[in-house]
Amino acid sequence: MSDSYTLAKIIFGRLTWESFPIHEPILIGTFIMVLIGGIGVVGAITKYRLWGYLWTEWFTTVDHKRIGIMYMILGLIMFLRGFADAIMMRLQQAMAFNGSEGYLNAHHYDQIFTAHGVIMIFFVAMPMVTGLMNYIVPLQIGARDVSFPFLNNFSFWMTTAGAVTVMMSLFVGEFARTGWLAYPPLSGIAYSPDVGVDYYIWALQIAGVGTLLSGVNLIATIVKMRAPGMSMMKMPIFTWTSLCTNVLIVAAFPVLTAVLALLSLDRYAGTAFFTNDFGGNAMMYVNLIWIWGHPEVYILILPAFGIFSEVTSTFSGKRLFGYTSMVYATVVITILSYIVWLHHFFTMGSGASVNSFFGITTMVISIPTGAKIFNWLFTMYRGRIRFELPMMWTVAFMLTFVVGGMTGVLLAVPPADFVLHNSLFLIAHFHNVIIGGVLFGLFAGINYWWPKAFGFKLDTVWGKRSFWLWVVGFWFAFMPLYILGLMGVTRRMRVFDDPSLQIWFMIAAFGAFMIAAGIACMLMQFYVSIRDREKLRDTTGDPWDGRTLEWATSSPPPDYNFAFTPVIHDGDAWADMKKRGYQRPVEGFRPIHMPSNTGTGIILAGLSVAFSVGMIWYMWWLAAISFVGILAVAIGHTFNYKRDFHIPVEDVVRTEGERTKLLATQG
Amino acid sequence: MSTEATAMPTGANPVFHLAEEPHHPEGSSTALGFWMYLMSDCLIFACLFATFGVLGGSYAGGPGPKDLFDLPLVALNTAMLLFSSITYGFAMLAMDKGRVGATQGWLAITGLFGLAFLSIELYEFAHLIHEGATPQRSAFLSSFFTLVGTHGLHVTFGVIWLVTLMVQVGKHGLIAANRRRLMCLSMFWHFLDVIWIGVFTFVYLMGMLR
Amino acid sequence: MSTRPIPGQPFVQRRSMRFLAPLLLLPLSACNWVVMNPAGDVAVQQRDLILISTGLMLLIILPVMALTVLFAWRYRHSAKNPDYDPDWDHSTSLELIIWSAPLLIIICLGAVTWTSTHLLDPYRPVERIDAGRKVAPGVKPLEVQVVAMDWKWLFIYPELGIATVNELAAPLDRPISFKLTSSTVMNSFYVPALAGQIYAMPGMQTVLHAVVNKPGNYEGFSANYSGAGFSHMRFRFHALDEGGFDRWVAGVKSGGGALDRPAYLALEKPSEKDPVRRFSTVDASLFDSVVNLCARPGQRCMSELMHIDAMGGAGKESAHDTRGLRHDGPNGHDPLERGALQKEPEEKGASPHLMKDGDRPPPGKTPTGHQHDNRDMTMDMPARPAAPHHPDAPAPAHAHTS
Repeated sequence: MSDSYTLAKIIFGRLTWESFPIHEPILIGTFIMVLIGGIGVVGAITKYRLWGYLWTEWFTTVDHKRIGIMYMILGLIMFLRGFADAIMMRLQQAMAFNGSEGYLNAHHYDQIFTAHGVIMIFFVAMPMVTGLMNYIVPLQIGARDVSFPFLNNFSFWMTTAGAVTVMMSLFVGEFARTGWLAYPPLSGIAYSPDVGVDYYIWALQIAGVGTLLSGVNLIATIVKMRAPGMSMMKMPIFTWTSLCTNVLIVAAFPVLTAVLALLSLDRYAGTAFFTNDFGGNAMMYVNLIWIWGHPEVYILILPAFGIFSEVTSTFSGKRLFGYTSMVYATVVITILSYIVWLHHFFTMGSGASVNSFFGITTMVISIPTGAKIFNWLFTMYRGRIRFELPMMWTVAFMLTFVVGGMTGVLLAVPPADFVLHNSLFLIAHFHNVIIGGVLFGLFAGINYWWPKAFGFKLDTVWGKRSFWLWVVGFWFAFMPLYILGLMGVTRRMRVFDDPSLQIWFMIAAFGAFMIAAGIACMLMQFYVSIRDREKLRDTTGDPWDGRTLEWATSSPPPDYNFAFTPVIHDGDAWADMKKRGYQRPVEGFRPIHMPSNTGTGIILAGLSVAFSVGMIWYMWWLAAISFVGILAVAIGHTFNYKRDFHIPVEDVVRTEGERTKLLATQG
Repeated sequence: MSTEATAMPTGANPVFHLAEEPHHPEGSSTALGFWMYLMSDCLIFACLFATFGVLGGSYAGGPGPKDLFDLPLVALNTAMLLFSSITYGFAMLAMDKGRVGATQGWLAITGLFGLAFLSIELYEFAHLIHEGATPQRSAFLSSFFTLVGTHGLHVTFGVIWLVTLMVQVGKHGLIAANRRRLMCLSMFWHFLDVIWIGVFTFVYLMGMLR
Repeated sequence: MSTRPIPGQPFVQRRSMRFLAPLLLLPLSACNWVVMNPAGDVAVQQRDLILISTGLMLLIILPVMALTVLFAWRYRHSAKNPDYDPDWDHSTSLELIIWSAPLLIIICLGAVTWTSTHLLDPYRPVERIDAGRKVAPGVKPLEVQVVAMDWKWLFIYPELGIATVNELAAPLDRPISFKLTSSTVMNSFYVPALAGQIYAMPGMQTVLHAVVNKPGNYEGFSANYSGAGFSHMRFRFHALDEGGFDRWVAGVKSGGGALDRPAYLALEKPSEKDPVRRFSTVDASLFDSVVNLCARPGQRCMSELMHIDAMGGAGKESAHDTRGLRHDGPNGHDPLERGALQKEPEEKGASPHLMKDGDRPPPGKTPTGHQHDNRDMTMDMPARPAAPHHPDAPAPAHAHTS
């Protein structure tokens, strides 16, 4: 062994030329495309001299609105990646019959289904939900920003750092081949010695820091920063669901952090938590990860419920039916979501009493959920429903979600679960609730709040095309999976024996392509709307005849959200103000106290990526240096005591004056 | 809609905005936010305690707590941490009186107690590892080292934080921001004390009874 | 996935319409919806439970869906409904209904869940052969020990002294008692036509009771992803009448080799798409040693270690005694140096789970880059003959099913 060899090992750890997938044509093709796209974007930014603008106005911003938008962009980009994985799986399963191995080998296919699950949950659904909460909640409660604006920026960049780590695994090394929850012993070092699981662990740990801090931040915001007069029971329902979601985040993500830390100790330090030998116990991992995992699905769905509530009420032109019971239903779901985790592994053999306890607690959740559905129904009752895009998504959700809810309760019956567990029926079920619930909710929310964020509405023609392709495509893609589940077909299969199954996979693949067309239409919708933004301009700040406080300010809102802190008398604050002849104040402005931008968040996140690269590839020097760097930058940041400034009164007067002129054009 | 008793009139000319900026003292949410962080940290410890509860009896044919634990040493260690909590309390009292020198002095003593705690813990760990009772030896030792070590890591970061704060107090005095930071560290420090009492009882004392 | 009828025996289609949702069954009677049309009594009861629960839930789901469509249509803006009431947001009686209707259904479903979960507990011996017949007193269930391996299934019939790989057979109408474990990672044993699944986990034993009523050749597989060869981890389950089963047993006894420790250790190595193999004799203590992670020579059994643990440990000196403790990976130099931080980078190659036979380099030698080994890992992994250093290992039996 030569000295240069040893030196290379010290510097590069286990990174060698063979870590680059140069013999995988699919990955090379993707890489070239990403490279071209990346050069294009970087080139355009450089050409138009946007780097300075991006750095000062976006990357270092502490404005909750801009951070919210950046979360949404991150979610959208990762969604395209996650969906590409989905299409590849659908193609593979539609092809791999009659002795054909399809076009993906096990090594590649197993990474794809793992990456699909991880990306869709952690880097699509979570950022999008967090992004909407970030944007909307402070506006809804009449605050100028969140409680900890710097922390907000830091959280976003940590989430992004996790996403960057996952994306890196596409081109350097590989991702985990364990399924999205990485059960040991398969994910232990004995059975997964390569970098995949390490990518998984560090991506989730880094993003988890961001998620947890953002949860703390939003709770503090909602609890402490509500406008005067807004008691808890006068909070908009979306804020309520956000509060519950963030409570769940703070109470669930530490468990994920702990269990992944134990797994990484097993992998790095050789401890025996989840090993087969030396007294380890892999079942404990399964329990712990689902103690996080089940609340996680409610973390995603609760804000969607909030969006549907806002949308139904607004577009029915009515107060939300049963606000109080809606709030209690949300709180009950929050609490119950902690005592159901075992229903994810009834088949572990826990015994009948344990299984039926967890089965019944699971079913009990359907009571408040059912009450919510009824509440939306009776909000529509005696309303005048305008079928704009957000409302269309909401009705599609109600019809789709109940089916997913029903199959969910079915899976909560342990003996039924014994025959359906891990089958494609289960896959169909959770896509039914996650697509039909979370994603439809996010789409409703995007269409609903887009005018608020950008000052113009989204194009309806492309929006409707996207809607129909999505909804119909969803049923084509997942109904066959229900059926295949009843045929006893299990998940994560790469090849099949029985040729009679192929037709169902073909239908599912067809549905997936319809969804792909729906995504294309959605991107087209964004493009067309931005192109025609003058035509679609919203000058009122209240394009939908909204009911909550975010519609009281301009679209897009000024940096400071509200020139004067609003005072609330009613749950539907803005509807109440409109009804009682609210006059917008046009004088008496004051300078406004705001937090200053900082680059610390993005620097810390960059160092975290370096740290994770060092840990993943065993470049211990890099891990050590970047860890010390993280500490130093964090400590250095605390020596900066000047973190705020005042928006001068002239700026406020000018901004508000422009709005006055704009509103006057309305007549 | 029920209206709660507010000063706002709900009659003909309701007030819909405040004419003055509301008085949100800077950092008014910090205590709440930090408390929530502590609770999330507490959950991490809860997981580690639960892990120890499950694996604490899996010695893999190796040594058990009775063979390994040195209770007098751990009792000394506990005393170090308890004293450090008391001295931190004195630091806070001095801070309330606005006495920079006394605050710094008590903080330094707290830091020294913290370092003493860490040294004793490291000695204990080194001794165990020397005897072959490494974290790899059994699931019991894995969970023991991880639970106690995580606490130790927290104390380490607490000491680093404490030194940072001493520098900042030295530079800027007991300004509001520094008082708030000292208050957060105080919560953190006492929280670690509470966790340690759990560790001492659950791991060491009950381990000896196991 | 499909239940293929055995030639010469009519494949009985059961159109059970006893329960609440006869409509659901209509499309299900077609072809191969095996979960809806199983061959074993336990799976039949589980199917019935699916139908009952679905029926119960449809009681509320269907009205909700109908109301959604109705309200969406009736209260559309263009209809200018005269009873528009923007402030109507509360009704105590309606609230009562919308909370109590789901509650009532969940109470019913909860009761069904509690009883059925206990009755169909996989650990509970079956008490009936099918809806009409009870298990006669004194009938001993057929005992089958199942080991999930990378990536194949080993079935041991302790009473018959035989073992098979990727082939399971059982007589009709006689209770079967499975004891399950795994040699490496978690799998799930599932024969949809027979009964629900149960995990097979290393170092642990799970139990499943079942009975099969209809003759046939059914599919079984692992329902929990276990690594690269997972897709091919399938076996056939033959439900045979008594004569057929006896003939099958006789066939196994006359044909195969012996499943002793060396043969087991050769078999334990990862392989894919294994053909059916049969062993006419089997080491009686084998399954027990697999459960206790001590099939390898020199390995200390978990039962022994747990006994020591229960006595409070083995004293200070035992800390250094790590012989025979390691199960995952080679029991090579220092079994405690498992973590990445304790190894040189070149040591961290592929695991035995992922590799072909004989690929593991001797200690100290630099293996080829593990990345490459893993990238196109198992796609064309050949069916593996018995390892050369175990001359007494059996030759693979031919994959003929009776």
